[in-house]
Amino acid sequence: MALLDVKDLRTHFRTDDGIVKAVDGVSFSVEKGKTLGIVGESGCGKSVTCLTIMGLNNKRNTITSGEALFNGEDLLTASSSRLREIRGDDIAMIFQDPMTSLNPVHTVGRQVVEAIRLHRDVTKRQAKARALELLKAVGIPRADRRIDDYPHQFSGGMRQRAMIAMALVNDPDLLIADEPTTALDVTTQAQILALMNRLQEEFGSAIIMITHDLGVVAEVAHDVVVMYAANIVEKGTADQIFTRPHHPYAWGLLGSLPRLDISTDRLVQIPGQPPSLLNPPRGCRFNPRCPYVMDVCRTQFPELQPVSDDPGHVQRCFLDEETKDREATKLLAGTMAEAS
Amino acid sequence: MAAIDGAESDGDLLVVEGLEKHFPVTRGIVFQKQVASVKAVDGVTFTVKEGETLGVVGESGCGKSTMARCIMRLLDPTGGRVLFQGRDITKLSRAQMRPIRREMMMIFQDPYASLNARKRVGFIVAEALQVHKLGTDKEIKRRVQELLEVVGLNPEHYNRFPHEFSGGQRQRIGVARALAVNPKLIVCDEPVSALDVSVQAQILNLLSDLQSEFGLTYVFIAHDLNVVRHISDRVMVMYLGKVAESASRDQLYRAPKHPYTGALLSAVPIPNPELGRQRKHIVLEGDVPNPINPPSACNFHPRCLRFREGHCDVEDPQPPRSFGNGQFAACHYPLEFWPMSEEEMRGSGQPAAERAAAVDTETVAR
Repeated sequence: MALLDVKDLRTHFRTDDGIVKAVDGVSFSVEKGKTLGIVGESGCGKSVTCLTIMGLNNKRNTITSGEALFNGEDLLTASSSRLREIRGDDIAMIFQDPMTSLNPVHTVGRQVVEAIRLHRDVTKRQAKARALELLKAVGIPRADRRIDDYPHQFSGGMRQRAMIAMALVNDPDLLIADEPTTALDVTTQAQILALMNRLQEEFGSAIIMITHDLGVVAEVAHDVVVMYAANIVEKGTADQIFTRPHHPYAWGLLGSLPRLDISTDRLVQIPGQPPSLLNPPRGCRFNPRCPYVMDVCRTQFPELQPVSDDPGHVQRCFLDEETKDREATKLLAGTMAEAS
Repeated sequence: MAAIDGAESDGDLLVVEGLEKHFPVTRGIVFQKQVASVKAVDGVTFTVKEGETLGVVGESGCGKSTMARCIMRLLDPTGGRVLFQGRDITKLSRAQMRPIRREMMMIFQDPYASLNARKRVGFIVAEALQVHKLGTDKEIKRRVQELLEVVGLNPEHYNRFPHEFSGGQRQRIGVARALAVNPKLIVCDEPVSALDVSVQAQILNLLSDLQSEFGLTYVFIAHDLNVVRHISDRVMVMYLGKVAESASRDQLYRAPKHPYTGALLSAVPIPNPELGRQRKHIVLEGDVPNPINPPSACNFHPRCLRFREGHCDVEDPQPPRSFGNGQFAACHYPLEFWPMSEEEMRGSGQPAAERAAAVDTETVAR
């Protein structure tokens, strides 16, 4: 059984302008010890999906439906006291901006200790020893002294490490990382990604990695979900998505990325803007920006279809497979040549 | 020093020689005694030819933006010369600078903070034209509408405010503003780092279209090596205020010489899981050292894989030496093969982690 099984998740927000369908029928599952990458542009609903799973949306204006089964227990119907037990213990989260998610008036050590003592019945001394062990594990130099430092005394990369230490302190089964490396330099990003990989091997946690950086996803994820305008448009293993992408939006994302392994004179542009989720386009939500648009796309909403002879790979597009395979090969021609 | 890119100086639009910007660190309230200085830019030399794009990469805090501001004379450099079209602009007065400011414009990183939220788009783009008195109000308005169209915005948006636009559209406004006075040189300081990939592609394509249309010269600063490779003709890698390596784009990405360039390149994630698995990473330990107290001699030595004790921490490899084909690197033990072999990656002597920790102790003790 999957560790986390999300079925037909919908999160709608009531606003003054109407109902914003931020997540609209998303299903995926995360296996134990695996990493799932969720990619998409800003505003496609990737962060809201995870906040909903964690029960962190404002209840007053949120309408949620669907199921999020964590070890068989539905998180969406769980009581808030039960959720508080799960958060930080079985499921932990790493946020994008380490400066705003650490409390500036408490020492780093105290914040890690707090995370332990909320969930474990241990003395302060035991908790501090555990905190120190974790800060060492994430590679903070001279952790025994830095544990009493305040967040502002840490560099960006060290703060992100401290966040990871805090998230891992109770051996969570699932770690949700929301753009954990976006604010960091490439070298620091490489350090953090290597750290997360190593910790996954050691602790066997499952990871959900939310990012808009396809490079990062290719590096760490086993499975990938591509989201566009509150829907999943393509889902498969990392190899499937990166070597045989089947949705025009995925082509757009891959083509718009300048990359070291392919030389192009001109990047592919996805014309226009992502649609408003107050009032999404009729039919396929990508149709106003899609270069391959057909009549059927404007009237009918495509369902997730399995890709033939590619088990586990699903996509949401009406285009015939022959065209898709041809376009995907054309797009990735450079990589194939250099990889072989 | 000008010989760094070959002897010829024809067609050099911008020549920067030994540029330095040291910020004083003072102590005391009444008598502000200078106790140290932050060497943000410390002896940077390069040239940019007309019509080419120079990419500048480096981690945050390596002095890229300070260097850009010194070139634009938004900051006064503390040493060195900046020659624009053969004329030294570092000593010019404000009045003397004014006609030159028309020739060099800047595009900023944050499209939210760099546009005045209280002014209409038409005014923002027209401001430079009005300052330089380039035409009557009517002519200026026509020119602004033309510019909005050039950067792919609707000329009818003339009377809108910046908040009515998305991030990508705002960056287009920033580009239109830079283009308004027909500059020769545009310094782009991280113009796409705040944007989503698809929008980033739109802006990068726009910048290269404008370059071929108007013969612009760019100094393009970014921390994303993919973006820099895409847009640049030549690339300069900076580390702690100094030039680590500079070379033509293809040369730098195919055969980097400086270990820091190698580390940066190997840290870039590649959107291809198969290639990613084959690739070996050089993971640099620690952070960029404090520029108040940079490491001795080669400033990269505490994090370097090829560090040799008694040489790299004693003898400064600056200025960069030539490797032919316009490639220059400041290193005693440059990389010989790329990608690096296992053996080379293991480097020599003390592990980098320990040395990084030692440096860390020093900075804290201070």
